Amino acid sequence: MVKTLERNLDGRELLASTLVWSAAALVTATFCWLLWDILWHGLSQISWTFLTALPRNAGREGGIGPILVSTALILGVCLGVSVPIGVGTAVLLAEFTTDASLFGRLTRRSLDVLSGVPSIVFGLFGNAFFCKTLGLGFSILSGGLTLACMVLPILIRSTEEGFRAVPAGYRLSAAALGLSRTTTLFHLLLPAAGPGLLVGLVLGVGRAIAETAALIFTSGYVDRMPESLLDSGRALSIHIFDLSMNVSGGDANAYASALVLVVLLLAINGTASWLAEHWLHRRIVTV
Amino acid sequence: MTLSSSNTLSRWPTDRLLLWLLRGAAAIAGAIVLLIVAFLVMEALPVLRHVGVARFFTDPSWHPAEGFYNLTPMLWGTLFAMVGSVLIATPLGILSAVFCHYYAPPVVARPYRRLIELLAGIPSVVYGFWGLVVLVPLIGAIHPPGPSLLAGIVILTIMILPTIALMADAGLANVPQQYLRGAAALGLPRWATIRGVVFPAAKSGLFTGVILETGRAIGETMAILMVCGNVVQTPHSLFDPIRTLTANIALEMAYAVGDHRAALFVSGLVLMGMIAALVAAADWISHGRIYG
Repeated sequence: MVKTLERNLDGRELLASTLVWSAAALVTATFCWLLWDILWHGLSQISWTFLTALPRNAGREGGIGPILVSTALILGVCLGVSVPIGVGTAVLLAEFTTDASLFGRLTRRSLDVLSGVPSIVFGLFGNAFFCKTLGLGFSILSGGLTLACMVLPILIRSTEEGFRAVPAGYRLSAAALGLSRTTTLFHLLLPAAGPGLLVGLVLGVGRAIAETAALIFTSGYVDRMPESLLDSGRALSIHIFDLSMNVSGGDANAYASALVLVVLLLAINGTASWLAEHWLHRRIVTV
Repeated sequence: MTLSSSNTLSRWPTDRLLLWLLRGAAAIAGAIVLLIVAFLVMEALPVLRHVGVARFFTDPSWHPAEGFYNLTPMLWGTLFAMVGSVLIATPLGILSAVFCHYYAPPVVARPYRRLIELLAGIPSVVYGFWGLVVLVPLIGAIHPPGPSLLAGIVILTIMILPTIALMADAGLANVPQQYLRGAAALGLPRWATIRGVVFPAAKSGLFTGVILETGRAIGETMAILMVCGNVVQTPHSLFDPIRTLTANIALEMAYAVGDHRAALFVSGLVLMGMIAALVAAADWISHGRIYG
């Protein structure tokens, strides 16, 4: 009786181990397959000329120079708008409101919903608000502003973490010295909370650079070199989408662009997790 | 926690200015959601007013140019793809978190966790592209045409797996050490400990992970647009092409005008409603009202 029970238990343990290990193996294998495929097909296309040249023949030939410039400009607009608003909100939530206050709770709740909004809905909103109502049209400015709305929750959450990690002694000492809140904030808290801010920034950049759906109807498809922020500009992710879906024979350059995008993102996310572990001594999970 | 709260005496006028600036920033950040909903409603209102809600479900087909607005095939598409991928990704993701915590030696666990984090950062358009050039031909060889519900489910599964894996990982990390020591003292073997002690203790974290991944599965656009074939129909088998709500917006927004455009904003509203319901559910769980 005891023997059969034990054998039963052993069998179950063995089955569980097998399942767990095979799940891990499956995940690893899929990931390696994906990465290897992109590396294998993309690496041969990449060169300095590819990174700087103009796209020709709808992107089938030539490079991605203007696309990288547009991506950078969209990113610049996005950060220029989202960083002041995001840091301000994070400071207010972490330093000037209690968890129980109504304003704080409402803001937090609305940010929770915002972080779950599908990117295509951001695209609809950006198209209706920035492009139509504000009259910015299909432009880098519209795209950047739409992305700014999108990255705000990530930016705010990790900046807030940064502020909460600052020891209370800093604030007490500052108050005992009779420093104003403003001085305390700019000279003590902000430098001390810097790592959190930086992590949020890097994560936000990662999210913004990976985005496609929110940009199709806001920043547009034009693959010329943008001359101003009111020009339409094609982001790297849209370039990949367009080459693979709408341009037959664009796969080779799509692979190369995908490789550029993946390498950029791996670098960005690697930086973020390195910063978080070495400076904040905590892992920030944003999903 | 010491708050630099405004109700303590502050003699500095700059402080008051600062506080108002911060409040302004927070008000903008908080108002974005309201702004989004307001614009969706505003743009959707014309068609809702003279077509009505019911016709989005009872019309014979989705032919906006001819005035037919049936959204149900797209709703089914979204629902099937979401359910399929969540059903596969949840056990895989939870098992992979269990692997990290209780099965893998530390030398393996660290790089494995890093790998999942990398997987979480890869953009959806890259997943979609890979699905389009690798997965779709593969499925097409087994059972034509290739772009299908199955392709969508597989790609979505790969995409949402890191979400549940990372959330489950965080949930398992929060299980108190003494629970595990207690189980060890009772002589429980590994899987029995995980099933009987760890899972019940980490339940709310796991449920939050499932809700988050469901949200991602509903909202995903690009990857699913690239591999699903985008035929407006209610699928009858795994190999039928489908079109989801999100893909429908992305495909038709470029040329939609008038009522057609408004109808797309209605589907945006539907998506927002689904996400709001999920956030509410997550909130409910994290407050321990149903699972302690």
